Amino acid sequence: MRPVGYVRARSVEEAAAAHAGHPGARYLAGGTNLVDLMKLGVESPGTLVDVSRLPLDTVEPLPGGGLRIGATVRNSDLAAHPLVRASYPVLSQALLAGASGQLRNIATTGGNLLQRTRCPYFQDPAKPCNKREPGTGCGAREGGHRDHAVLGHSPSCIATHPSDMAVALAALGATVELHGADGARTVPVGQFHRLPGDHPERDTVIGPGELITAVVLPEAPAGLPSAYRKARDRASYAFALASVAAVLEVADGVVRQVGIAFGGLAHRPWRAERAEAALLGAAPTGENIARAVDAELDRAEPLRDNAFKVPLARNLARRVLTGLAGPAARP
Amino acid sequence: MQHTATGTEPVTTASGVTLRVNGTAHTLDVDHRTTLLDALRERLGLTGAKKGCDHGQCGACTVLVDGRRANSCLLLAVAQDGTEITTVEGLAGDAGDGELHPLQRAFLDRDAFQCGYCTPGQLCSAVGLLAEAAAGHPSYVTPPDTGSPDGPASPGGPAGLTPAEIRERLSGNLCRCGAYPRIVEAVADTAAEAAR
Repeated sequence: MRPVGYVRARSVEEAAAAHAGHPGARYLAGGTNLVDLMKLGVESPGTLVDVSRLPLDTVEPLPGGGLRIGATVRNSDLAAHPLVRASYPVLSQALLAGASGQLRNIATTGGNLLQRTRCPYFQDPAKPCNKREPGTGCGAREGGHRDHAVLGHSPSCIATHPSDMAVALAALGATVELHGADGARTVPVGQFHRLPGDHPERDTVIGPGELITAVVLPEAPAGLPSAYRKARDRASYAFALASVAAVLEVADGVVRQVGIAFGGLAHRPWRAERAEAALLGAAPTGENIARAVDAELDRAEPLRDNAFKVPLARNLARRVLTGLAGPAARP
Repeated sequence: MQHTATGTEPVTTASGVTLRVNGTAHTLDVDHRTTLLDALRERLGLTGAKKGCDHGQCGACTVLVDGRRANSCLLLAVAQDGTEITTVEGLAGDAGDGELHPLQRAFLDRDAFQCGYCTPGQLCSAVGLLAEAAAGHPSYVTPPDTGSPDGPASPGGPAGLTPAEIRERLSGNLCRCGAYPRIVEAVADTAAEAAR
């Protein structure tokens, strides 16, 4: 680890100014990923701007419905929040499916979105990786890639995004609030993370010095059916091989509202827009659900050793959606 | 104090920090790279918290920060200024009468260890687990709420700490000796005692 400066910010403006005033600055919140990457030699910030104590640690209901989640709200607190558990169970379940109890106590909402891939080639500076060091190639493509992407990957990168929380946020249609030199802006979670293309070094659309200040959830009535299901190599404390987040509201026998996203399959949480379009307005029968899921996963381009992820994701999605549809899914 | 010349002016790479550990304040200069775990072990002589993987994967370094369990290997000491830290050395009665924490007693009664390397982390993690459960925090295996108007039920309370709940909630603490069955029993004993 290289020597590093440290500044504790007391306001969003102060954080932005400190970031702008220090070469190689990085924001530090929980640090569960950043500190680890510093130890691995993947990250070498010049200065850490500590934003963990900014007054962004509250979850507030919005007047028009919905929730505003401050960027420094801890993952454990968000998962346990009564309003989240009542109206957004998919988010609570996704958070609880990630990491461990002690990590969730440290990790923040903003940091969770910005965590880097756990691709072992990315995490080892001795190996080639276009994401860590553009132009060095991808070690995973012809190497070990059982855990890697089956959707939306590029010749330069086949990494997956590791977050569970972000998958739930994508299915819910949440937005990210950012503060930068040019003021504030919002970006839908589904567009916040990028596909790798020719620039896998850019995980997200966040600009230099921009700071996540909040995540906003759209209105959801208490009891809106939603769920998260994750398949992994261990029963607990492992990243997803594949996961599904879904919101499904059925009225008068047809799907009135639907949001579906996959985790563990792509460089970003994969919003399943084709599957959503196929289900919206349709009867949520097992057959229709299967057809909708296939419409999405037919686009998959598995690699040599990860084709198993496609049927795994298909079965997860069918099961989650069938469960949410309840009796309407039965023939 | 070290300096680097990454910009037009030198960046200070060490700072004074006051760490409150087990009720005692310690003021020390730390290189900003110093983790809380290294500060505890190398600077304060508190070697209870263990360095296993040093990457947040094994839980041997678990301590309590403001009463919540956390991996001390991933926390920078400089960022902990003003927090209250409790290590395994601070769990027993502070009157110096050797009174063990109920979890420590339960670990002894159940023989919930073999080599003991993971035990300080298991104990601190279990203290945090019991507090989280008492506060009604759910886990991944807690049945989802039904969305009743009265708000979510709190099935994670002490009485709801089934073996499956304890296993899920302690999954961030590895035990390479495989003492898990006894660890679960020790935590279940303590939870049952607390609920009585």
